[in-house]
Amino acid sequence: MTRVGITGIGAVAPGGVGVKAYWELLTQGRSATRTITAYDPSPFRSRVAAEVDFDARAAGLGPQEIRRLDRAAQFALVSAREALASAGLTPGELDPDRTGVALGSAVGCTRSLEEEYVVVSDGGRLWEVDHRYAIAQLYGHFVPSSMAAEVGWAVDARGPAAVVSTGCTSGLDTIGYAAELIREGSASAMIAGSTEAPISPITSACFDAIKATTPRNDDPATASRPFDRTRNGLVLGEGAAFFVLEDIDAALARGAHVYAEVAGYATRCNAYHMTGLRMDGHEMAEAITVALAEARTDPSDVDYVNAHGSSTKQNDRHETDAIKQALGLEHARATPVSSIKSMIGHSLGAIGSLEIAACAMAIEHGVVPPTANLREPDPECDLDYVPVTAREHRTDVALTIGSGFGGFQSAMVLKRCPS
Amino acid sequence: MTAVITGIGVTAPTGLGTDSYWEATKAGRSGITPIDRFDASGYPAQLAGQVPGFTAAEHLPSRLVPQTDRMTQLALTAGAWALEDAAYEPDAFGEYGVSVVTAASGGGVEFGHRELENLWRKGKKFVSAYQSFAWFYAVNTGQLSIRHGGRGPCGTLVTEQAGGLDAVGQARRHVRRGTPLVVTGGVDGALSPWGWVAQLSTGLVSGTGYRPFGAEADGYLPGEGGAILVLEDAESAAARGIPAYGEIAGYAATLDPRPGLDAPPGLRRAAELALADARVTPSEVDAVFADAAGVPELDRIEAQVLCGLFGPHGVPVTAPKSATGRLFGGGAALDLAAALLSLRDGVLPPTPGVERPDHPIDLVTGAARELPLRTVLVLARGHGGFNAAVVVRAHHGKGAHPWRS
Repeated sequence: MTRVGITGIGAVAPGGVGVKAYWELLTQGRSATRTITAYDPSPFRSRVAAEVDFDARAAGLGPQEIRRLDRAAQFALVSAREALASAGLTPGELDPDRTGVALGSAVGCTRSLEEEYVVVSDGGRLWEVDHRYAIAQLYGHFVPSSMAAEVGWAVDARGPAAVVSTGCTSGLDTIGYAAELIREGSASAMIAGSTEAPISPITSACFDAIKATTPRNDDPATASRPFDRTRNGLVLGEGAAFFVLEDIDAALARGAHVYAEVAGYATRCNAYHMTGLRMDGHEMAEAITVALAEARTDPSDVDYVNAHGSSTKQNDRHETDAIKQALGLEHARATPVSSIKSMIGHSLGAIGSLEIAACAMAIEHGVVPPTANLREPDPECDLDYVPVTAREHRTDVALTIGSGFGGFQSAMVLKRCPS
Repeated sequence: MTAVITGIGVTAPTGLGTDSYWEATKAGRSGITPIDRFDASGYPAQLAGQVPGFTAAEHLPSRLVPQTDRMTQLALTAGAWALEDAAYEPDAFGEYGVSVVTAASGGGVEFGHRELENLWRKGKKFVSAYQSFAWFYAVNTGQLSIRHGGRGPCGTLVTEQAGGLDAVGQARRHVRRGTPLVVTGGVDGALSPWGWVAQLSTGLVSGTGYRPFGAEADGYLPGEGGAILVLEDAESAAARGIPAYGEIAGYAATLDPRPGLDAPPGLRRAAELALADARVTPSEVDAVFADAAGVPELDRIEAQVLCGLFGPHGVPVTAPKSATGRLFGGGAALDLAAALLSLRDGVLPPTPGVERPDHPIDLVTGAARELPLRTVLVLARGHGGFNAAVVVRAHHGKGAHPWRS
């Protein structure tokens, strides 16, 4: 059976561009949440977000790329290129026909679409929007697959390519999908990751309408507080993380460093409600159990759990129950569980990949990131959430979990790769 | 492990329901009409494939209507029909035995358009609570999963018009890994002015008609609709006593090289890989359902691929999509449905609107062609360079369709 490993990592995250800046932010326990600067948030109930300070030119994008691409696509290109470089590869060095692309995104090029809508509708005035004001790349913004093509072109990959979109578990499911393509032999390497740049008025409006985002606007840095008794909603984020995935034997043969093995993955659906969760965490527990079985790993061998921890009342309890069911009460209580959404917010379709990157770094450095802003534990969330401060903790097996609109529940097991 | 299609549900501009779609398709009747869903008089293109006579409330529980885009309403309708066709019983497959994998392109565009207008014209308080999920790409998968209890591995793939084949390819992976039944395919549509203007921005929409491979080809026409398919493990279907339309015998996908790079497009590679996956040679292929872009340069590329693989005029080629328009996430799934119905009946539907191909291919025009069919290749391309191919084969194992045995 082919084993699949991560040989390259790239990240664009709130607080910094590049994996190094991202990992520094996480291990310092710093929050990147602030009052929204992308537009005037004053009409909205929730006015904070974890934004990326992103200078496209400084990040290496060319003038035409900057003109052509939505912010989410720009994040994708920058992090995919970083991943390729960190794998010690240049574009075209992997056999292009045998290299595929998988890109996860929940809401695609939302930001550009809204900006263009405002123009062609003349500020919302025209239902029959004016085609004469439409930009040439409008359709490229409409179909998120354009971002997967851009990544493919940037790294010269011509194998199977697709966008995997499962709402807020996209970032996990994309990597699971990509690993499967390598295992079945459809590709020998995959450039896989996910991206999201959802911070725009329409996103704020629709999350306001269902009260999913936090109204804690007075102290942005502490607004995202997963597992805390006083949590009251998620903080929107943005960013991207990409990986080079290869057959581990082939990677080691070319002398590559393998950050971690993608050892197990599973996804289940709750078939319950588009935005609500069943109280018992049953399907999430099942996803974890199946992912561990695929990784041939006993639940008691899990060293670290990277939680979905979205900082909503409902999720954090649901997830705590699922972890207990899947790992057993005793081991669940003995295992560090943390939510990096406390620092970088919830970047919807991208967050799963950013969390996988955090797990790979935890395995690499023997440090687990904390749950920032956890000051008053919720009595119903009674695990070790690594409050406030990162912890040195040897991690050979990391479990990461996601949950999303549409009822998707996903889990992935990453393992240290013996070199 | 053999994966077979046991259920088909169609919502198309040429017919609501598989039977009416198939009768119209065999007869070469077109569903292309002047747009009546919005005032298109100010736009340079005004023809589209619209699903006629569809009232959501006749097909869906009333509470679902206000929270869904029209393309989701069409998908839920097609999904219910497909599962009925497969004699689906919700509790017969175990707790996680049913999955949903669909294709999408732009999400619930018309719904999103309305909410953008509510936000920018009236203010944030007027934005629907349903906007948070009604327009995102995973909406049809999520809604189908809820409606039919799909709790196994579910997902959505987006590769524009190639997506219907990629979804079925992914569904086949789930079947091979032990999920007995997967609801797959795709239904799509974006017939609001906002979706229309996005289409126009490609510069590839025809103002006069969709005539793929014809000398007069000058672009495509968009449409709405598609097909939901039920894919099952052949043994499990046979054990249920459910006949199969055919087997998903081969699948592959590729991406074109970067524009400007001196390298061939990826369509031929996708076709060859899918044939190899099905372990068939080009000489064993009885017919091809083409992507048929209707854009002269893209038609030329596809005709070259067909000639290269099969020789000039080497295999019957058809593109009934000229009667529906391109349906994006729904297009390739509907082609797959047509290919399976062709296998069942031994008849290839024509390519309406094209009198004579401008390329050395054996395009089925005019009347449908009766011929024995065993193996059919379906090709699809998505905007931006996505290529996908599926080989469908008549299923002669246990549980073969009674019409063909």
